[in-house]
Amino acid sequence: MDLVARLLAGDRRALARAITLTENEDPAAARLAAAVYPHTGKARTIGVTGPPGAGKSTIVDGLTHLYRREGRRVAVVAVDPTSPFSGGAILGDRIRMRRGAADPGVFIRSLATRGHLGGLSWHTGSVVRLLDAAGFDTILVETVGAGQAEVEIMRYAETTVVVMVPGLGDEVQAIKAGILEIADVLAVNKADREGADRLVRELEIMLRMDGSVGRGGPLARKEGPAAGSEPGADAAGPEPWVPPVVKTVATTDEGLPELLRAVEAHHEHLRATGGLERWRRRELAAEVRGLVRDLAGQAAHAWATADGAWEELLGRVQRREIDPRSASEGLVQEFLRHAGSGGPGARG
Amino acid sequence: MEEKDTRVRVPCGPGSRDQGDPAAPAPAPAPCAAADTAAPASPVAPAELPEHRPSGGERRDRFITVSDREIKALYEPSDIADLDHARDLGRPGEFPYTRGVHSTMYRGRLWTMRQFAGFGTAEQSNERYKYLLRHGQTGLSVAFDFPTLLGYDSDHERSRGEVGRLGVAIDTLADMEILFDGIPLGRVSTSMTINAPAAVIWAMYLAVAEKQGVPYEELNGTIQNDILKEYIAQKTFVFPPKPSMRLITDTFAFGAERVPKWNTISISGYHIREAGATAVQELAFTLADGFEYVRAGIEAGLDVDDFAPRLSFFFNSHCDFFEEIAKFRAARRIWARVMKERFGARNPRSMALRFHTQTAGVSLTAQQPENNIVRTAYQALAAVLGGTQSLHTNSMDEAMALPSAHAVKIALRTQQILAEETGVANTVDPLAGSYFVEALTNDMEREAQAYFERIEALGGVIPAIEKSFFQREIADAAYRFQRQVQSGEVSVVGVNRYVEKETGRIELLKISPEVERRQIERLREVKARRDHGRVRDALQAVRDQARGRGNMMPVFLEAVKAYATLGEIMGVLREEFGEYREPAIF
Amino acid sequence: MRVLVAKPGLDSHDRGAKVVARAYRDAGMEVVYTGLHQTPEEIVEAAIQEDVDVVALSILSGAHTTLVPRVAELLRAQGADDVLLLVGGIIPEDDIPAMLEAGAAGAFGPGSDLDEIVEFTRSNLRRRGA
Repeated sequence: MDLVARLLAGDRRALARAITLTENEDPAAARLAAAVYPHTGKARTIGVTGPPGAGKSTIVDGLTHLYRREGRRVAVVAVDPTSPFSGGAILGDRIRMRRGAADPGVFIRSLATRGHLGGLSWHTGSVVRLLDAAGFDTILVETVGAGQAEVEIMRYAETTVVVMVPGLGDEVQAIKAGILEIADVLAVNKADREGADRLVRELEIMLRMDGSVGRGGPLARKEGPAAGSEPGADAAGPEPWVPPVVKTVATTDEGLPELLRAVEAHHEHLRATGGLERWRRRELAAEVRGLVRDLAGQAAHAWATADGAWEELLGRVQRREIDPRSASEGLVQEFLRHAGSGGPGARG
Repeated sequence: MEEKDTRVRVPCGPGSRDQGDPAAPAPAPAPCAAADTAAPASPVAPAELPEHRPSGGERRDRFITVSDREIKALYEPSDIADLDHARDLGRPGEFPYTRGVHSTMYRGRLWTMRQFAGFGTAEQSNERYKYLLRHGQTGLSVAFDFPTLLGYDSDHERSRGEVGRLGVAIDTLADMEILFDGIPLGRVSTSMTINAPAAVIWAMYLAVAEKQGVPYEELNGTIQNDILKEYIAQKTFVFPPKPSMRLITDTFAFGAERVPKWNTISISGYHIREAGATAVQELAFTLADGFEYVRAGIEAGLDVDDFAPRLSFFFNSHCDFFEEIAKFRAARRIWARVMKERFGARNPRSMALRFHTQTAGVSLTAQQPENNIVRTAYQALAAVLGGTQSLHTNSMDEAMALPSAHAVKIALRTQQILAEETGVANTVDPLAGSYFVEALTNDMEREAQAYFERIEALGGVIPAIEKSFFQREIADAAYRFQRQVQSGEVSVVGVNRYVEKETGRIELLKISPEVERRQIERLREVKARRDHGRVRDALQAVRDQARGRGNMMPVFLEAVKAYATLGEIMGVLREEFGEYREPAIF
Repeated sequence: MRVLVAKPGLDSHDRGAKVVARAYRDAGMEVVYTGLHQTPEEIVEAAIQEDVDVVALSILSGAHTTLVPRVAELLRAQGADDVLLLVGGIIPEDDIPAMLEAGAAGAFGPGSDLDEIVEFTRSNLRRRGA
């Protein structure tokens, strides 16, 4: 049985191997991605982000446990940074993800960022699809909040949970850094500590004051117009979603059922308002657009380098005979002409 | 940190078992690096020959202690010019207790010779205790195996391969009854190295005493019960800090009321030191933990003088002779002052710091193991000159295994020679007034004070733990020491000096896998025989009490008497309290 | 290359495991660290999910005689016997042959050199050109 068939049948080793191939950009990865794609689109994706030490892994462990009790099959993708010095990484999230450790309904995979700056791995999206195809219906993506970079988690997560803790002294910074913009649900973890109630109040006030709630901020991406959709499509506008603030003590599971309900409520809201479909479409549009750009660019580049025209063009740019933009436009036009008249190989 | 230095070796050697830490942390630079380090393999290589320096010169550029403290060539009256004898030393048995907690010290009563022991089944350990008592030991010290330390029964899947291996396995009261069979609990003092499940194990001990007909009031002994140093150094934790502190203050309250002669905690620097801390770090972190327990007791509604007299301490005695003595003396003075001035203690016994000492497990070497007898003797001498109340001397083979009966007897004899032949027990605090010792004592107090301020600035002990402050400080010190051993700045005989090819072999104690099978069998028998309804009710009572605020000790007592297992009781608490996971610090 | 550094058994001395994890990271490898007190079953399941090339066990409790054979056996049962199995910690010289026989490719006692461990790991990889 080949890897895809085994993966679709739920073979954990096949799934694990498929993820490795994807991460390593193995030539087999593209075929793999194509083969599993028809089997994806069923899983819920939930992002969990926040500053280091906020208790994200413990929250993910707790949510995993609760989702399992509802009979869901849960996969976790935990992303940690790669050392810029050695290219190695220490991936320590499993330390806290203990309850799913021996449960066949749970699959945990640690990824290193491998030079990607967004706090996520380059391949997070592809890995999520592999997990989805392997039958995991709930996928939690955990990533360390790396300043503004955690914004990227929104691309893969229908619902983004931002975890904060009292007493870090950087609440205001976090808010400034756009935490409120990406949060669909806020968790104030370690809520048994001093300052938790104050932090909750501050966040709630900020959320209510924030003019972006209901228009920009978290709603823009899922409830605003989908990319490519005609303007005015949702002129009426959906009911605004105000991110709830949930207090948790993840080490004792306190508040986690409430957190899970908030996540589910957000999902329900997205579904009811059509936000989910719009978000999916927009993210797919962004993905396809990006791929078209990459592939077309690669094709044009390959075509141009075939007979030295590329070097010649660069020489002209360097001698200031032509500006980069005009050079590129000329190249693309010529490429398209040749592509139209018998395919890009037929330069001549 | 060490990851950058390719010469760093994997921390090695279990050192010795320490109380509560059978496989000793050896994080540090346990000086058992392979014999190919700095020193040449041959004992007559030129580098080993004495160095000749011009007259008036010195052997080294820096003279340092094992904690990297620089020592001057000469100490003079000016070094202790600000020492006020009445204020800073006082008389022995009087505030601030610098010279000792009793006026007559060892003239009145020798220290308790207490060898840490326990392995295999309760029967085997019981036999070892009787052996030690027959050879003149005066107190018992119980080592538990890992499953017991973590509150798992012997048949738990995580216990596989661990049962009875580095301590005795205790699952139910039945094991405890066998462990102390034929040992009158009214006439021995028993120290139990147990932390996360301390309250439950103590309940078992109390239940055995009841069965022997010994009233609680007559019981003497100690439970280690010090969870803060577990978070800091040793990591045998189960619950998060908050419920852990509650269990501890429950034992304070119960002990104050019902078991007045029992030491309900042994606040331990030993493991902090073994993890690589310096002498000052050991002193400061341990006392900071102590103050945190006092604060917690007061917050739980107890009067400081109701429980503080039952707090005891446990220190390491390492290689650097005078620094260790100064550490013990400084500890007493700091404790007395803070208890009186900050916590308002009025009872002198709340201010008098009593401590147990164990010689340094990490200082033992696997190479030339007989040398360990000598090291241990000097460390024991430092502990006695520092005024310890009880002492464990490591056995020569503890760098490699549990001590054999032969090795443990030599270790005990070392203490007996010290007590009865050397004459050091004839007078109280013989080093007082020494320019060097008093100056060192003052320095240590000052440096500890600086640490207290840093801990306070982080919000206290628990926030500092959560921020990994202690863990990092210790790791840095351990790394510095490791480099000093590798560079030869610190000498370890047999390891980087006077290395021999043949390291010498000694007989090691082996634990048979049969122990695990037998222990599991007994657990099954006990479970089959007990009153199931009573167990169910008792465990439910544990759960209810855990959810409320009442003292846990009475429900633990009922549960152990019903032969509920340690794993069952701890399992209920795990569900109610949650489990602590170590911070991912690399 | 991906390495699982695991602490089976109940001993809590993770300093060696962490130092080795750092050494692997600094040699450019991705290290998954499991934390304390793992069962052999949990370790092997993690090795499968993380698709590692190497499983490095650190044991200081003396339970290696039970735990190492068990991990090796479970890896084989999962068809993952191409994973390089290493063990370090307090492993008495006398026990090393038994460790190798059980399926460990290498056993590293106290004082082992980090560079040697990394080099041994690299040159003994059994799987694909990871």
